[in-house]
Amino acid sequence: MSTLVRDRAPVQTGLVSVRAPRKRLSRRTLLLGGAGVVWLVGFLFLHGTATLTLPASELTDLHRSLNQFNAWVASNRADNPVFQYVFTPLRAAVDAVANLFIGVFAASTTGLRLPEIGWLGTVALLSWIALAVGNARVALLTAAAFVFFGLQGLFTEAAYTFALVLTAVLFTLALGIPLGVLAGVYGRVAKVITPVLDFMQTLPTFVYLAPLALIFLIGPASAVIATVIYAAPPVIRLTAHGIRCIPENTREASDSLGTTGWQRLVTLQLPLARRTIVMGINQSTMAALSMVTIAALIAAPGLGQVVIRALQSLDVGTAVNAGLSIVLLAIVLDRVTTAASRRAEPGANRRRRISRRMRYILLAVSFLVVLVTVQLSRTMLWAAAFPKDLNIGPAFVSGVSSASEWLQTNLYLFTVSFREAVTNGILNPFQSLLTETPFYLLVAVIVVAAFALGGWKLAAVTATCLAVIIYLGLWSDAMVTLAGTLVATAVVMVLGVIFGVAMGRSDKVDQLMRPMLDAGQTMPAFVYLVPFLGLFGATRFTAIIAGIIYAAPVAIKITADGIAAISPTVMEAAVSSGSTPWQVITKVQLPMARQSLALAANQGLIYVLAMVVVGALVGAGGLGYDVVAGFVQSSLFGKGLAAGLAIVFLGILLDRMTQAAAANPVRKVPSAKSPAH
Amino acid sequence: MSSPDISVRNLWKVFGPGGEKIPKDPGLSALSSAELLERTGCNAAVRDMNFDVAKGEVFVVMGLSGSGKSTLIRCLTRLIEPTSGSVLVDGKDVMQAGTGELRELRRRKMSMVFQHFGLLPHRTVLDNVSYGLQIRGAAKNERYARSREIIELVGLKGYEQHFPDQLSGGMQQRVGLGRALAGDPDTILFDEPFSALDPLIRRDMQAEVIRLHKEMGKTMVFVTHDLSEALKLGDRILIMRNGETVQCGTGDDLVGSPADKYIADFVSEVPRADVLTLKWITDPVALGTPGDAPVLSAGTIIRDAIPTVMNSSCPVLVEDSGKITGQIDRDSILSVIRSTEVAA
Repeated sequence: MSTLVRDRAPVQTGLVSVRAPRKRLSRRTLLLGGAGVVWLVGFLFLHGTATLTLPASELTDLHRSLNQFNAWVASNRADNPVFQYVFTPLRAAVDAVANLFIGVFAASTTGLRLPEIGWLGTVALLSWIALAVGNARVALLTAAAFVFFGLQGLFTEAAYTFALVLTAVLFTLALGIPLGVLAGVYGRVAKVITPVLDFMQTLPTFVYLAPLALIFLIGPASAVIATVIYAAPPVIRLTAHGIRCIPENTREASDSLGTTGWQRLVTLQLPLARRTIVMGINQSTMAALSMVTIAALIAAPGLGQVVIRALQSLDVGTAVNAGLSIVLLAIVLDRVTTAASRRAEPGANRRRRISRRMRYILLAVSFLVVLVTVQLSRTMLWAAAFPKDLNIGPAFVSGVSSASEWLQTNLYLFTVSFREAVTNGILNPFQSLLTETPFYLLVAVIVVAAFALGGWKLAAVTATCLAVIIYLGLWSDAMVTLAGTLVATAVVMVLGVIFGVAMGRSDKVDQLMRPMLDAGQTMPAFVYLVPFLGLFGATRFTAIIAGIIYAAPVAIKITADGIAAISPTVMEAAVSSGSTPWQVITKVQLPMARQSLALAANQGLIYVLAMVVVGALVGAGGLGYDVVAGFVQSSLFGKGLAAGLAIVFLGILLDRMTQAAAANPVRKVPSAKSPAH
Repeated sequence: MSSPDISVRNLWKVFGPGGEKIPKDPGLSALSSAELLERTGCNAAVRDMNFDVAKGEVFVVMGLSGSGKSTLIRCLTRLIEPTSGSVLVDGKDVMQAGTGELRELRRRKMSMVFQHFGLLPHRTVLDNVSYGLQIRGAAKNERYARSREIIELVGLKGYEQHFPDQLSGGMQQRVGLGRALAGDPDTILFDEPFSALDPLIRRDMQAEVIRLHKEMGKTMVFVTHDLSEALKLGDRILIMRNGETVQCGTGDDLVGSPADKYIADFVSEVPRADVLTLKWITDPVALGTPGDAPVLSAGTIIRDAIPTVMNSSCPVLVEDSGKITGQIDRDSILSVIRSTEVAA
């Protein structure tokens, strides 16, 4: 009993709760500090030895055997039963659906290579769909955006991307919603799939591609399958969440009337979860767009391919042009699905401005117009292919290119000296600290740190991850990636704390920033590379800056939510005892939001890692480079596959360690048996 | 009174791992709740309860929060699965009912009204009230016609197309009441239905329940933590503490002869003159009382007897089923009123 009382005490007063963990931390701090000192001393005397460096073009035996595996798959694809009866039919089915949509919107494989319905029909049809699931505003936005794609000279590419996103989203929903419903209804299903989903979501988009391309070949099918894997978790999770979170009293009331399980699902759970499910569809759609663009690396057609080719040839103008249309497509998809989720809100049709009947009539009439335009676009050339003389793309491309050149020459002092200062001042020293320390020393240091953070279990997981990375033969590259990731995450956390505190403390700042952060989160990862490529050229630095910008919104939002969630009473008590704002921030808000800060660091790391890997496209080295090289050169395929695996294990390692750091204070308090005070 | 509508025998509900062993184990079942929790980690919310509810009766279960009353009422239709015992409804044991039978019971025999209403936010008042009918497969026309009647009965005419979040708390609970009534069940279970409402609305709703009871004559089991509500509505009141029955009787019994100090404390602030009947204050007939003195029935509430006693120059006689049982005078009435004032 007495331990219970003692353990509860710190929770009650803010002062003690700040002090108590600090005392308990001492052993942990000692271990961490000791490991740090050993590392630095070891680095001083032993640096440059046992670094396990592997030059870019060299392979280990493992890589070679993976190459052989690749060759084996290629030669046995036709007659291996697993391929014959599972993978090949699956691929054919997915390809059929994808080609159907590609044929309708982008380019049919027959005749003039014009799509079944030309640009005019596409614009009309998609706007009508936006009108039907959303409202007139998003319908207009859709029309404007697709016309703009035409003006950019990218209509066909955008249509390809859209067709792939559509295919992937359909498969995702067909798979994800039933699975989500099952997980929502049966706790056991949820228990099984949650860890799988967690794992899927910590993987950077990049690493799905190579194994899928190996099994399903390059092209639309593997792109769609990779996208489904990446985009399914949000809709599964949110559907399950929506089903599960029916208020207990409503559920009980419905049970008390004698509902069967099916009746409960249909009359209560699904209608009440509708909004959440549509939010899941929104998130999955955004994830799908992100993945479809990146799948350009395995030859998925569309805007992503334009961007990637431009990135590889450092053609900033073209990259910006295509990047802009990806951003625009993201905005359209986000707005339309968000409008759909508003419509799905319980009671939304109560606030409608026009009656339901009027709405149906309007939809029917406008559908007739759509049919006419579709027919036009099938018969008239001007309505089938976007008029070439309206193409302002090339002008835009050259304008952006010269602007970028101008910026790079005239802001030379600023951009280059900033880049060099950060690269030489922080990045290089830190990277060499990681890469030039003997691997055994660094492994020992990381494992000890893991032990200090999360005990034997975490130490074992960490050691396993590191051992796998070494076995994969990519230790040095992994350390390069790790260095970039850690530096970027440190900056992300600084931004997270500054803006998060500002948002958490002021509603005005929150209202100002939140829409920008939301918008930032919906963009596909690699469009972030484009503007910084224009400013800083193709270097590691560009990838890191892009990673920071990509990850900052998550970290800022989590921090802001943590600070805003602190009870107003505590804040009032702090202010009424005469604290200055600075004291309130440092003594009350940040310590109390510590849990959120740790979570922000965790999410920040995952996002940064994803971006630093993609940054290989603009010159970041490390594992990402190996992956990209694996796509391009078949002799490096095995190494690329190994690098993908190494990224997975690096991700697991970072995820588990930050999670342990986040969970630690809470877990330690109740289990402490030693008399602390 | 006809045969009991609901009879509960040896009903137990034990929460916690291994709870099902406790009712059978004489050593454990005798333990107090605190000891049981410490020894086994189980929490006995309902312990060996026995009671009967007669047809057409308003039976009130009263207790403080945590006394197990809400668990008890949910055990009646197995919204919470009882650990052991039996619940006979119309002579059939609910505990033995299969899934289908249980569903039929919930659909046709017993409906429930909840503290937090439990309305379906995505449905209109009309669709909420007709929900139970829809569940049991009634055709649309039929269920809407029936629901419109009920909506009028609970005083919500004109609000059929409103959604729950457009209604006040009191009106929402009227919808809850309407939903329970729509299926025309024999019994309505109320789980603290008016605790979430403010006092004035609560009074209205209590009056509404009394009116509906008079009009429809349904059996009602009513859970509350509010003694004045219990006294106002209940034909009989069962007081629970720590999952056990402390006392079960009419309001008059509880206030007049509380079973223990717990109940005495509970009822100490009740204005006794409003609840007690003359039988509790009757003195033996004194020698000087004239034979033609006014006569009142022993079942008269004391407060109602005041005018007669005040207007009479002599003590008033009290009769019980035709026999004079004693007398009362101004002093005996004043002493009842005084004792309440002192306690307050």
